[in-house]
Amino acid sequence: MRRQVLACRVENHSGVLTHITGLFASRGFNIDSLSVGETDNPRFSRVTIVCRGDERILEQIRKQLGKLIDVIKVINLSEMESVERELMLVRVNVGPSKRAEVMEIAEVFRAKVVDVGAKELMIEISGKRAKVDAFIDLMRPYGIKEMARTGEVALARGPKPSAAGG
Amino acid sequence: MSAKEMTGAQILVEGLKAAGVEVMFGYPGGSVIPIFDVLYEEKSIKFVLTRHEQGAGHAADGYARATGKPGCVIATSGPGATNLITAIANAYMDSVPMVAITGQVKTMLIGNDAFQEADVTGITRPITKHNYLVKDVNDLARVVKEAFHIASTGRPGPVVIDLPVDVTQQKTRLPKKVEIDLPGYKPTYEGHPQQVQRAAELINKAERPVLYVGGGVIISEASEEVFEIATKAHIPVTTTLMGLGAFPEEHPLSLQMLGMHGTVYANYAVTNCDLLIAVGARFDDRVTGKLDAFAPNAKVVHIDIDPSAISKNVHVDMPIVGDCKKVLKELKEHIKPNEREAWVRTVAEWKEKYPLSYPQDGKLHPQMVVEKLHEVTGGDAIIVTDVGQNQMWAAQFYRYSKPRTFISSGGLGTMGYGFPAAIGAQVGMPDRKVALVSGDGSIQMNIQELATAHRLDLPIVIVLLNNGYLGMVRQWQELFFARRYSHTTLEANPDFVKLVEAYGAKGMRVDRAGDVEQALREAFDARTLTLIDFVVEPEANVFPMVPSGEAIDRMIGGMA
Repeated sequence: MRRQVLACRVENHSGVLTHITGLFASRGFNIDSLSVGETDNPRFSRVTIVCRGDERILEQIRKQLGKLIDVIKVINLSEMESVERELMLVRVNVGPSKRAEVMEIAEVFRAKVVDVGAKELMIEISGKRAKVDAFIDLMRPYGIKEMARTGEVALARGPKPSAAGG
Repeated sequence: MSAKEMTGAQILVEGLKAAGVEVMFGYPGGSVIPIFDVLYEEKSIKFVLTRHEQGAGHAADGYARATGKPGCVIATSGPGATNLITAIANAYMDSVPMVAITGQVKTMLIGNDAFQEADVTGITRPITKHNYLVKDVNDLARVVKEAFHIASTGRPGPVVIDLPVDVTQQKTRLPKKVEIDLPGYKPTYEGHPQQVQRAAELINKAERPVLYVGGGVIISEASEEVFEIATKAHIPVTTTLMGLGAFPEEHPLSLQMLGMHGTVYANYAVTNCDLLIAVGARFDDRVTGKLDAFAPNAKVVHIDIDPSAISKNVHVDMPIVGDCKKVLKELKEHIKPNEREAWVRTVAEWKEKYPLSYPQDGKLHPQMVVEKLHEVTGGDAIIVTDVGQNQMWAAQFYRYSKPRTFISSGGLGTMGYGFPAAIGAQVGMPDRKVALVSGDGSIQMNIQELATAHRLDLPIVIVLLNNGYLGMVRQWQELFFARRYSHTTLEANPDFVKLVEAYGAKGMRVDRAGDVEQALREAFDARTLTLIDFVVEPEANVFPMVPSGEAIDRMIGGMA
């Protein structure tokens, strides 16, 4: 089982997401996460899909997505240098006595405290999936009340500057 | 002056005409009345009213397969649309170009559980190449044009246009030029030159190659190219069910059909080949049997226009994405003539040793009826089949020599497909002989279309192989379920002769082997809708047979 990050440029109209998720459901493909947003061109959206499978399944996923009429392009970001990020909001059970301790951990992770209550903190963190996972592990002992993750978005890194410096 | 205003219904019909639609199949209903109102005075589109929407869908499918042109069908919202579902799924599985227009409730009522509402784009998502819900009349002309483009190019398939009734009534000005806008749809037609070159090298080096030819060759009209390559390099050719007619079956290099009910020699050749050249075929489980044992010693070249068909089921050594005809044309140039005497001789010996056969005991065997059908029609008819034993016998015992002469529900295996598909084929090819090979189970699944065929005076000959059973399931029960014939006996069948006579058509009954030929001749000479009720051996089986999941050289029967 390998993990694959795909970025799809798709038409931005109703029904497109159904076509994509329906494809995964009816062909028995697994989605780890999926995130959608507009692009610089409002006609198109970008869908980032993280999925899992053996080589044959991953190839089928790319090909089947490519067949959808509303999918303009499928980029396999796992094949190239790319930056992947995920955003999470988490509410942690933290009373005044432990507040400083948790805020210190948050700082190490460059997370931000976005809300403070008498018995809880809401923290925003972004980064690679592994970093977010690690943060969750550290918060678990305090008690996680609720959390929301966006799923990963990703972009390929641009071409390296040429030798001419252009 | 700008163009005059038109209603959505008018725009739709203009779009159909612009797309070259000459025949439409369908059934009216509440939310498509405005469209039917336009069709009322439309002279250039022949409308075929069936007696059930499923019949209309299969008729459009049969029309498309016989003519090569996209089929067009229309049904109303809700039940009209859901009755089309089987026909759409059927067309999808066999890559048949079709545009299905479904009525929909008013835009403002969508999602409201309105009368005769069904989520048609939702339901048809996994069984269409693409679908549209048109909410703005200004999109309609483009959508119609795109639908036909998508349906009939690349790997063809059905496209649904779901059309709310208010959109068909709204007015707008038709743009001067309707342009398609599909940045996400660019089928690959030309094979990669280097891949083609490498494939040719594999073929030139191979000692025991086999061409495995599927429906894609019929669709891309590449049978001539297959013939040239096969005969130039002496490569035996086996076809799938969908590929029947792509290579003349009376040619010495023909192995006929492979797979579960394929010939012994086709399955032996594939099992023993050192190179399998798959062209427009998709390695369906009914073809491959146990995957590990399918062409175990062979390298695989796979030519297909659909990249997702390649390496889906088997590992492919040399994939070529492209149109079969274009790729084969190119490939032919790089292939060296080769007699391959040893391999051709081996294959000929298998053909000699293990011919298709059935008991020669003077009884009325269904296989013999199909053989006589071939004889009487000179192999020149369009043979449409239903699904089950009748289909397999029609595939095995008729000798197909031309593309688009065998029409059958392959992927979905839809009982009830045959009769409406035969209607579509005959409507599209009025001058050809069309025969339907059906069973007493299948025919009753769309028998209401007798009215449609009679009304149009279509001279279809219905060859009913009546064994009083749902024969294929009964055969499995006999072989694998200790003869426990659970609900496969069709007791209380109607008197089919009287039944067709009630519809005004001609009926005959044959229960002796000696009468088969005469009855068939009479039926074709009558040039009117005729059903011949052949009361055949009730427990005849389709052999050879590869048990499900077995290797294809492990066949039951036919090994005499």
